[in-house]
Amino acid sequence: MANTFAFAESRDGNLRKVAFEAVTAARRAADGSGGGEVHALLMGAPGIAARAEELGRYGADVVVVVEDPALAWYNPEAAAATAAERLRAGGYRAGFFPASAQGRDLAPRAAARLGVSLASDAIDFELQGDAVLARHPAYTGKVLVTLRLTGSPALLSLRPGAITPAEQPRTPKVEQARPAMDPASARVTVTETMQRTGARPDLGEASVIVSGGRGLRAAENFKLVEELADAFGNAAVGATRAVTDDGWRPATDQIGQTGRNVSPDLYVALGISGAIQHLAGMRTSKTIVAINKDKDAPIFKIADYGIVGDVFEILPRLTEEVRKARSGH
Amino acid sequence: LKIAVCLKRVPEMELRFSIAGDRKSLDQSGLKYEISDFDGYALEVAICLGPDGVQETLRKALAMGATRAVQLKADDVPVDGSAVAAALAAELEGGAYDLLLFGRMATDTGSGSVGPMTAQLLDLPCVTAISHLELADGRGTARRDLEGASETVSFPLPAVLTIDEGIARPRLATLKGIMAAKKKPLDVRPAQLGEVRLTVESMALPPERSGGRIVGEGADAVPELVRLLRTEAKVL
Repeated sequence: MANTFAFAESRDGNLRKVAFEAVTAARRAADGSGGGEVHALLMGAPGIAARAEELGRYGADVVVVVEDPALAWYNPEAAAATAAERLRAGGYRAGFFPASAQGRDLAPRAAARLGVSLASDAIDFELQGDAVLARHPAYTGKVLVTLRLTGSPALLSLRPGAITPAEQPRTPKVEQARPAMDPASARVTVTETMQRTGARPDLGEASVIVSGGRGLRAAENFKLVEELADAFGNAAVGATRAVTDDGWRPATDQIGQTGRNVSPDLYVALGISGAIQHLAGMRTSKTIVAINKDKDAPIFKIADYGIVGDVFEILPRLTEEVRKARSGH
Repeated sequence: LKIAVCLKRVPEMELRFSIAGDRKSLDQSGLKYEISDFDGYALEVAICLGPDGVQETLRKALAMGATRAVQLKADDVPVDGSAVAAALAAELEGGAYDLLLFGRMATDTGSGSVGPMTAQLLDLPCVTAISHLELADGRGTARRDLEGASETVSFPLPAVLTIDEGIARPRLATLKGIMAAKKKPLDVRPAQLGEVRLTVESMALPPERSGGRIVGEGADAVPELVRLLRTEAKVL
């Protein structure tokens, strides 16, 4: 029996979906090692403790809450010191971080502080004796590597969307703790923050992503993509690098090797040929739909379902049919 | 400013990969190596860990303008970022560098852990995945994207930065640069790797997706697609 650790990523006082994914993974690891406890670390501005209950829903037994006005925004040095201290003191079998922008920054620092190794960007894992086997898509997703991680604790970062949050409700014990380092004394200071506004979920949080490529021909045609995203309910809109380079969509929408890596339940690729740079960022999606006029486009090789044809003819019809299906007709 | 750039040699990603007989490594035949995409953006003192094959990578860095190069010699590059970070920290410590630059992540392992780990080992300020950088009066200002948000941070030098694409245009190796590179110093030292606790258990090509299934052509195929999404993929 061994306890496990999860880092509960938050932003602006709210938990991100990757927090539930990390807790779900930690729950699975704890249950897999004879039923230990899951301890989640939740850091933020005063008031963040109110979110502890949500972590209990996904299986956290203990939520360690670290509140400080200087933690309102991610503070790498204080977060790394605090996570490392907790990991050291807790005697955990394994610790899980999201492989999000924040988690990719934090997990290596925590690992180096502890003198342990880190398996990054895992899409799945299993405990095997004293080791953890982690699966990780490498070489832009063209090779699937199984890594063997030893040491205690074994630290993993999880590709956003790869682990499906599973509810295993309990009422967590909330422990208040202080940051291991005064966040105000961090050497790197945030001077400005900018949040994208808009009703759509973040690409890392959405279960459906509708994504457009050059085949859409012009920035204004993305309104058709937006309409399909609306038809799906709460879908996010992504784009290829060609599209963001041309300024049709903001750079933050880019999916691919140099942009975001996503694994939604459904990825709809519209007018996307499927350059390896793009495939690297979305090939772990659970279901992939491609619509493209070129039947030989590489995207069809990895798509579960494809339609060959004119995206401008197909897209409005798809929007209409999805809307109908979702309204139960 | 004294700047060191840590490079990784990676295979060209356009190639088709196959798995070697040990099921733990890539079949090397036909692989061509290059500087990892993210690393090509800024070069001064170029440092690369690996077998002698990385000297070619370092010569390329010298041709792109680096003034000297260091090979930290190892039979192969451990997949364990903490072992690599230990070797880099040992090399960089005491070097009085103002900036240590890394790519955001290598294109092969896509881990992005060596930079922040090295920073931690050297106890230096670190900013990861920056997309913009300004330096003045012993301090730096950098912007980084955070999935739907961005932040601007200020930090003192010396510091460790990991660089996202777009921060600078990679310098091109001119013929003159290539000639000059042959005369620039390339030191070879054994890599003082840290303990390896992360190894490759096995490698496989990802399963071919069951799909490749073309539902049909044109808008008439849409109802069938939606039916499949509903009843088979169960995503609607």
